[in-house]
Amino acid sequence: MNTETLERAPAPAAGEAEFNPIQEGQRLMKAWYANLEQAKARDQKVANVFVMGNAVEILRAFDFQLVFPEINSLQTGVRKKSEEYLRESEDYGYSPDVCSYVKADVGLILREQQHPAGQIPKADIAITSNMCSTFIKWGEIWERMLKMPTFTLDLPGQRGPNWQVRRGDAQHMADAQWVEAQFRHLITRCENITGRRFDFDKLAQVQDRVNRMVHHWNNVMALNRVCPAPYNAMLDGLTYIGIMNVYRGTEEGVEYMRRLEEQLRAKVARGEGRVAEERFRLLFSGTPCYVSMRRLVELFETWGGVFAYSDYLTFAAGGMDAGEMVYDTSRPLESLAEITALAAQRGLSNQFFAHERLAQQIKEYDVDGIVFHGIKSCRFVSSGMADTRNYLNQRLNMPSLYIESDLIDPRYWSDAQIKNRVDAFFESLHQRGGAAPGTPATTTTGGKA
Amino acid sequence: MRYFGGVDVGSTQTKAVVLDEDGKLVGRALLDMETSMVTIAQDAFRAALADAGLAESQVERIASTGYGRYNVSFGHEQVTEISCHARGAVALFPGTRTVIDIGGQDTKAIAVKPDGQVADFTMNDKCAAGTGRFLGAASYALEMSLSDLGPLAQQSRNPVRITTTCTVFAESEIISHLSKGILPEDVLMGVHQAITSRCVSLARRVGIHSEVTFTGGVSRNVAMVQLIEQAVGMKINVSPDAHFCGALGAALFAREHALSNAAAPVEAALA
Repeated sequence: MNTETLERAPAPAAGEAEFNPIQEGQRLMKAWYANLEQAKARDQKVANVFVMGNAVEILRAFDFQLVFPEINSLQTGVRKKSEEYLRESEDYGYSPDVCSYVKADVGLILREQQHPAGQIPKADIAITSNMCSTFIKWGEIWERMLKMPTFTLDLPGQRGPNWQVRRGDAQHMADAQWVEAQFRHLITRCENITGRRFDFDKLAQVQDRVNRMVHHWNNVMALNRVCPAPYNAMLDGLTYIGIMNVYRGTEEGVEYMRRLEEQLRAKVARGEGRVAEERFRLLFSGTPCYVSMRRLVELFETWGGVFAYSDYLTFAAGGMDAGEMVYDTSRPLESLAEITALAAQRGLSNQFFAHERLAQQIKEYDVDGIVFHGIKSCRFVSSGMADTRNYLNQRLNMPSLYIESDLIDPRYWSDAQIKNRVDAFFESLHQRGGAAPGTPATTTTGGKA
Repeated sequence: MRYFGGVDVGSTQTKAVVLDEDGKLVGRALLDMETSMVTIAQDAFRAALADAGLAESQVERIASTGYGRYNVSFGHEQVTEISCHARGAVALFPGTRTVIDIGGQDTKAIAVKPDGQVADFTMNDKCAAGTGRFLGAASYALEMSLSDLGPLAQQSRNPVRITTTCTVFAESEIISHLSKGILPEDVLMGVHQAITSRCVSLARRVGIHSEVTFTGGVSRNVAMVQLIEQAVGMKINVSPDAHFCGALGAALFAREHALSNAAAPVEAALA
């Protein structure tokens, strides 16, 4: 993220402030699910993709209807239906320890693709990758249960202390060539499935729309550096990121992000924050608990705590958060491979450099505390949180809170225990601010003015 | 003299204390949990008043803590037990930097700043392993009272290793060991060691720094005190009032609130 893009962005147009990003986001998601139901009737080919390390731009150039199994699973949580799907997969034989996104998807398969939002079409191809080790096993489940062909991308991750990949260095270029070769194989597979020749101009058009979406997205992220924060990264932000993924590379996606940025600029100009009185600015690290996110945010906002930023909004939005991550549409495939290799490496390596990344974001968003959310059914995203907490506490004297539940499994949500931890966290923040702890009433003081 | 109250409504017991304006503990009461949190909180507080020889109207402000803190209808403020145990432990032992609290259902480790503020904390998560409930399971399986467990465990010469971390399964593991003829004291010491291992692991996450103060009902268990001292490599503070530490911390917050509010108009007048 950089402030340069924020400064260059145009001023809000008159009359745009009425745009309601939550309502519009819900409308777009509903339309997307309705579209999924009709894909087979339209004779449109369908592809399953994950939100990280996918090849959405290539698939869009072939006019594939995209299915996001992770989003289907989290939507069962948002709609308070996840437990039914999880239990179904556990009855089938899956362990409670298995990723709840995977289990909800297995439940969906067992229910013959009947999702609370509508019928999910069976894909003609699934793109998996090593961005998460579970993706590959998940693809194997589709192969076995649905006879669905898969294509697995191998996106190299380079790791080592004090080392991160730089764009254009020898390692990055070698990795980009490796990724490009895989993309060429994928294109051949897609040509065979669709019966169409690949259109490089169309890929460039999709990339141009992605570039524009990312430009607005980065500005949206930067706007929350303002105090008071105009949106809550872990509530409003989850609607935004849904559109960022589902409508990636589409005109609807560009228009949503453009209007969102304008709406937020107008809020900032009016000095309007997400909460009436912003007392504490917080950073959320980890993956959300979609089944109870509204409740969790309520526990924090009761104390005047707002999530100004979350690293989730970077790694689950394609990872193109740096100014250098822009597609060169004059050489579309090469550029796609370069950016994919770079974003993938940063995504993977960030698991190992989380402390450095968070230290920077703490400064940029001027936060008072950081909340780590461990996931019971995903130790991959939860590993290293204890070390990162210690580092930030000892080096930056940054207060932090560790809470644990799950992505979508409500059986791991214990309201009394989480409320107790959240209250104790704010009591300690209040003590830092000099005020005595007590009830989270409006009379309490402390934190940001 | 002005008086302040603290009520700690925990999962197994309710504790209440009364302090005078100098922070001296003048009354205390402890009752086992009943169905109604409101009733038991009132009963415990009235018992603490009786212990202090005071009337309800003489207490200026009351703070509540514990999981049932929002059920204390007569309280003026609610504070989590994390803040209260930290504040109470520093009041009992001013040199406290680490608090280990083992209650009926919660075990917590708190890093404390010199002024009693919470620097960091960690708790057992949705599992009663390493809590007082683990001892409760042993007491049930052995048909012994909780107060007899510690002294008997100290007689152990060959403690068994309790491998399960689940409180529910621990009971069947204990019965299994007993049925093999293993002595009750050896089984019990294994239970105590399992709890120690869990709670000291929690404490290491926030850092163990001298002085360590042990609070909560389980601090009355002599074997637990001995094992924790061995595990952390130092003597630990245990007060006869350790069981009331949460209620004491709550009363101190009530006192602080009342005294700082009373001081404000004077400061304003001077200004």
